Order: sequence, then C-alpha cells, then structure tokens
Amino acid sequence: MDRREILEELKRVLEPYTENKELLRNINEQTDLVKDLKINSSNLVDVIIDAEAKYNIEIDFDSSEKMISVGSCIDVISDKINK
Amino acid sequence: MNRRVVVTGLGVVSPNGLGVPAFLEAIRNGVSGIRYVPHYEALKFNCQVAGIPQFEWDILKNYVSEVTYHGLQGQAIAYGLMAAVDAWKDAGHAVAGEEALWDAGCVFGSSVAGVETVKRIFNRVDAGEARKLGSRVVEQFMNSGITAYISGKLGLGNRIVANSAACATGTQAILMGYEYIQQGQAKRMLVGSSEHVDQYIFGAFDSMRILSRKFNSMPEKASRPMSATAGGFVPGSGSGALVLEDLEYALQRNATIYAELLGGACNSGGQRSGGSMTAPAAPGVIRCISDALINAGVKSTDLDLISGHLTATAADTLEIQNWCLALDRNGCNFPLINSLKSMIGHSLSAAGSIEAVGAVLQIKHQFVHPNINLEDPNGEILKLIDLDRMPVERVDTPINTVAKANFGFGDVNACLIFSKYNQHG
Repeated sequence: MDRREILEELKRVLEPYTENKELLRNINEQTDLVKDLKINSSNLVDVIIDAEAKYNIEIDFDSSEKMISVGSCIDVISDKINK
Repeated sequence: MNRRVVVTGLGVVSPNGLGVPAFLEAIRNGVSGIRYVPHYEALKFNCQVAGIPQFEWDILKNYVSEVTYHGLQGQAIAYGLMAAVDAWKDAGHAVAGEEALWDAGCVFGSSVAGVETVKRIFNRVDAGEARKLGSRVVEQFMNSGITAYISGKLGLGNRIVANSAACATGTQAILMGYEYIQQGQAKRMLVGSSEHVDQYIFGAFDSMRILSRKFNSMPEKASRPMSATAGGFVPGSGSGALVLEDLEYALQRNATIYAELLGGACNSGGQRSGGSMTAPAAPGVIRCISDALINAGVKSTDLDLISGHLTATAADTLEIQNWCLALDRNGCNFPLINSLKSMIGHSLSAAGSIEAVGAVLQIKHQFVHPNINLEDPNGEILKLIDLDRMPVERVDTPINTVAKANFGFGDVNACLIFSKYNQHG
C-alpha cells in the first residue's frame, strides 16, 4: 500500500473525530491532527485504536506519540504494515 | 432578602411520552408506557414488563456534535441530555458562547452510573484488551457523567453536582438547586435526574421479589399503585429536568413561569423506628413532609394535590398513613392524591424529576391526572381516605398547591411543595 492509498484510508479513520469535514477532504501530509483538524487530543487514542483495527497492526506507545500530523501517521502505519 | 424560586423550563423523557407536549397529552389521558419485554422472559425474570422510553438513538444528533455522538452509548446520559437541553431551551435560555454561564449551575442525579459501559470495561479488561477501550468510557461510567455532558453542552459555569439518593434522587436534586438559588449562589439551576434500568439492574430488583409479576400478559395493567392487587413495582427508565430560576431574574427577562417552588425538605429516618435499608421509618417521612410545609410556608390545609411516591407495593398503605398523620387530614378531608407510576412504572432516581415535571404541568394546566389501574382500591387505604380522593379519571379543577414526595432505599426522604405562581406571593 503506498502513501497515497494510506492517506485516503486515513481520512475515513479520522472522519468521526473531526467536525471539519471540508478540511478533512483536502488534507495533506502536513495537516496537523489537533491544530488543523481540531481533533480533541484525548481522541487521538481512539484514532490509534481504530487504525490498529483497520490495518490489523499494533501501534506501541512510542510510535503513537509520533502520530501528530497526517504525514507522521502514514509513516507509522506504513512502517507497521510493511513489517 | 428572601428570594423566590420559580420553574421556567421543563424537559422530559418518559415511557409514555418523549418531550413535554407528548408527555402532557399522555398524563392527561391516562396513557400507559408499560410494555412487555420478550428478552426478560428469556432471562427468566419474574417481572417481564417495563417502562421504556420510545427513544430513537438518532434523536441524540439534535443534542450533541457529530464527534460526541460517535462513541456515546450511555442510555441514561442520552435521556438526561435530551430532558436537560429541552428544559434549558424551553426556558428561553441561550447556550453559552466562548464564556461559561457563571450564574447557571446544575444538579442532576442518577442511582447507578452507566452499567452497560461498565460491562464493556469488564469484557475488555478480562480479555486482556484494556488498551482497546479508548477515551470515551471513563466519561460515561463516572457518576458525574450526566452532569458533565449537560454542563459541557450548555456551558454552565456555576456549581455542577451529581447527586444520588436512590429513589429520592430527583426530588433531592430539585431541592438542592432551589437552595443554591435561595442562598444567592446561582441565578438559574438546571435540575433533575436520569435513569436507565438495564437488564442487570432489573435482574437485581427482580431477585428482591418486589417487582410486579402477575400482569406480564397485560403490561398496561401491571403498575397498580394503591390497588388491592398491587403486587410490586414495574421498573421504568427516563429523565425529567426543570429549570429553576430566581424570580427577579425570571421577571427581568419576561420568562414564562410554570409554577413556583415554595420549598421542601430532605431527611432520613436513620433506619430506626421501623425504618431499614429498604423501608422508610414513619417518623422520618412524617417529619420530612411537615418540614417541607414549614419551609414552604404553607398549611397542610392548603394542599390540593399529593403526587405520591406510591410504587404499587405493600408500602403504599403505610405511605398514605404517613401523609394522613403528617397533614392531620384523612377521609373526605384528604387532598387528592395520584401516582404517575400507574402509567410509567418506577424509574428509580428519575421518578422524582419526571413526577415533578408532571406536578408542575398539573399546576400549569389545572388538572389532576388519573390513577390508572385502580379498579380495585386497597381496602386498608379506604379506611384512611375516601375513594374519591384517588381519582381514576382526569379531574379538571383549580390546583394551587402540590406536594411531591419520594422515598428511597437507605431510608432517605424528600418532599417538595410547588404552587401556582402568584405575583403577590
């Protein structure tokens, strides 16, 4: 799965956690989950749990702390699914 | 300065009506909200009927953001949110903008926190999957979950209290809100309670053999307060909410005033003198009612109507006896008395707030709702009060002053005195 495909799928993972659907449609690797998408920081845990279920991976604490922007999320996910 | 407190907004989620207009129509016409629950037969419960609000989960989308909606599962929170937000809007109050509403607080209770949420936790943790629980379960099992959702939605910035006093919870919440306003601590208080009796809570009560079991094939007949065939209560779920307001504040903004809350009292029989974990001590109940009248500044002869606790158990007769003694009124001299539980069952903590909404509506619309299923009044009760004091049809009559009381496990009592609003006090 390439980064572009992961980004498209990530939109669906993030969808329940942001009110800003317009911005979500146009996210890029630089988009910040909390600052731009206004996702409540406590909901980042839920994003991680949903991503784990979607890709059948396990995201450890250290990796999850890196998931701040769309780009860093893709880094972590692609790293795990290609393992 | 003696502050007066008035009711300016109402909201309700009841087994016989969702929202105030539907609920008013139902209680005017004696419509039952008790239904047969096939699943309870499968679970081998003695009681297989319940009062369950016809609450479509999608309704919540009108009350919370899409993000909050996703992951919200607590039924009691949902009921409480709907009733509370409806009441707030009914009062004409705005939702806070960027700044919290510092003069507005909330007392909203429940008797158990979200059991269905707790069950999810048990299942996940026991399976070694605690990490999959996510961020939304703590806020839904904490006892203050309902107040947290309500105050967050509306932006309430004064005292936020989640109270719990078993079946006296709702009545107690209303009294606490009244006291805050009287003390000058808040101008407006959103008060009430919410309960979801799920199968686990239901099963625990069923095991106590205090639930109705002989009317499973006739659900609408199952809740029979004051009747000779009253054989236990029917559990119900729902929520009632009232906006209480400092009279001056309400007048300044030309609010619609439903009724005045003149006062009330809350106490315990101390589980002495015949009182126990499950039975109210007569001296405590009598004192609670007397203190409520004193606090409200009304004479017992002023009471037009009693909205009783009256759950349809053996305690009904004792309750009537306590009212007779507390008021020094009996026979044909007794006030009219009714039990909303005949229509909706007993929704534990939510009973007090739903019944208080009912009491206020009866004052506002000048009627006494019928006691349904009272074809066979209890002979012991008829020795205390006349038959026509327990109307089985709606009575359209002037209603100025109403006492609303509830009594709960742990021997706790609460009584409120509502009256028609009169500008001269």
